[in-house]
Amino acid sequence: MVFQYPMITVQACLDGILLGILFALIAYGMALQWGVMNIINIAQGDLVILGGYIAYFMYLYGIHPAWGVIVSPIIMYFVGVGIYKLVINKVVDRDLFISILATFGISILFMQLMNFAFGADVVLANSGYGTTFLFDSAVVLPNSKIFSAFVSIVFAICLVIYMKKSKLGRAIRATAQNARAAKILGVDTEKVYAATFGLNAALCGVAGALISITFTIHPYMGLPYTIRSFMIVIVAGLGNLPGVAMSGMGLGVFEEFADYILGTEFRIGSVFLLLVLILVYRRFKLSRKREYLK
Amino acid sequence: MNKNVLLYAVIIIFGLAAPFVFPAFKVQLSILCVLIVLATTWNIQGGEMGYNTFGNILFYGLGMYLCASVQVGMFFPLAEWTESGGEKTFVHTPTQFFQGMAVGLVVAAVVPTIVAGLIGYAILGLRGHYFAICTLGLGVAAGEISGGIEIIGAGQGFTTPPFPNVGGLEARGEFFYFLSFGALVLTFIAVRAIYSTRFRLILNAIRDNEDKAEAMGIETMKYKIIGWMVSAFFCGLAGGIMGGLVGYIDSTDVAFDGREMGVFMVLMAILGGKGTLWGPVIGATAFHIFKEGFWTFFLGWQYVALGVLIVVIVIYFPEGIMGWLREKYPERFGEVVDEADRKAQVELK
Repeated sequence: MVFQYPMITVQACLDGILLGILFALIAYGMALQWGVMNIINIAQGDLVILGGYIAYFMYLYGIHPAWGVIVSPIIMYFVGVGIYKLVINKVVDRDLFISILATFGISILFMQLMNFAFGADVVLANSGYGTTFLFDSAVVLPNSKIFSAFVSIVFAICLVIYMKKSKLGRAIRATAQNARAAKILGVDTEKVYAATFGLNAALCGVAGALISITFTIHPYMGLPYTIRSFMIVIVAGLGNLPGVAMSGMGLGVFEEFADYILGTEFRIGSVFLLLVLILVYRRFKLSRKREYLK
Repeated sequence: MNKNVLLYAVIIIFGLAAPFVFPAFKVQLSILCVLIVLATTWNIQGGEMGYNTFGNILFYGLGMYLCASVQVGMFFPLAEWTESGGEKTFVHTPTQFFQGMAVGLVVAAVVPTIVAGLIGYAILGLRGHYFAICTLGLGVAAGEISGGIEIIGAGQGFTTPPFPNVGGLEARGEFFYFLSFGALVLTFIAVRAIYSTRFRLILNAIRDNEDKAEAMGIETMKYKIIGWMVSAFFCGLAGGIMGGLVGYIDSTDVAFDGREMGVFMVLMAILGGKGTLWGPVIGATAFHIFKEGFWTFFLGWQYVALGVLIVVIVIYFPEGIMGWLREKYPERFGEVVDEADRKAQVELK
């Protein structure tokens, strides 16, 4: 198929790259909190969907959903800090499985609350951006996808600069390196953790708003986003931003091809299978390294 | 020892009499038996071995589909059966039904065990949270993929053969109750036997420090795979029974229901107390009573309550009921535990 219909290949690649940039943004949030707090947040995808619903509601009330990119992260920041104060601060220093299970509980809670609040319909905020046709309209690109990729890149660059230059950014990086040493040197790690979780939620909010414009959102669609970001982070490694971007795009392209070749009903399944395969590959690679030591 | 025998005798008698004493709760009691089996088998992984899995739902769902498919496929073309859906153009005679069920349950128990053995080498090499997330992925992937396979009903579900018209109105409930109670007794005896051997000590060594255990000359991978195969066996069996009991199999809502059954088994084991023999039993019973007793008050809000319950249990009650009791009454508790421990020690020597 790849060579018989080159235009479909081009279409899938472009779609995948634009989608992958969005995934990379979510994964960056996950890498941030994983690196700083050593927590894997299963509710990551549900935060994304919640951010999407904020943009969708602005659209329902007649405001252009693109403004959701500004509003949604602000609201989500406070949601994130709230979750941190209520639950996460009690599991930060505990066993990792405790944090996975606790965030799994939050994920179920959010899923169901969103289902009550917004209904179980698949919704989409129409941005009215039109589409771009390339190569004699063989390749169709909705402008909203290009817009979302552009916004994600802008936010990612802003965040990187913020982490490098600002005081809070330095405090976050210091805590990630060594929480105890940072505490001794006067960093209020509790505050840093709260801010990190808030930042992560805000990133999810941006990504969610963009997803509500470009794709569809549904209360139960959260878990695949969590799994995707987890996958991107373990492929790229913590604190490797170019790697996160690259593997995000790679995942996006993989998904588009899986969609074309296997059919849409196997799309999510193939994502989860890919996760298992990557983990298994990683395990054998690591065990070979361990044998070297022997 | 005498006290234990008495305890087990009381439980067995209660179990055998229960469907006749509480005829209205037969289905609930059967589900309770299945839940206890699932919690106990999860405990082999999560509690004793320290490998917290979300993936045992894979074996449960696999067992469910296999049992029903074998039961139908032995006598009728499977594809036509699933295509006809609820309409019954094919009817099992009683003999066919019971034969199919027997063979189906054997297949449902054996095939997941083999699957666990095959994927175990790859998956069980992962540590900690990588293992947890990987098994979570496995469970969800299985649900999504089985939802796309036509011959087992794809998205529209799979109706299991209805119970044949023998032995009056109560027969179906009693049959499934005794089946699940039998599975429970079998599981408990097997797990208890396993726990009183060196195997449990090895599992605990893996939990406490795997590298050290390996350094002490224990082939950790072998024992991890065996442990997983044991839980897969009973999970598959429980799944097969549950499929017949529910009467309808859906890929993501019944069989590979990671959001419900997959979390329940973890929660029940933690609620009761990880790493104890009786913990999962007590936890499953308490959880089931709570769920059935109060679920109706949360009409429509069950999942919200479930989410809150998970968070509360995990954060404030990670030691579980057994852990709490042990802290509260160490001397009384010590007796019970020491008895089992002492026996294990004696057998070791």
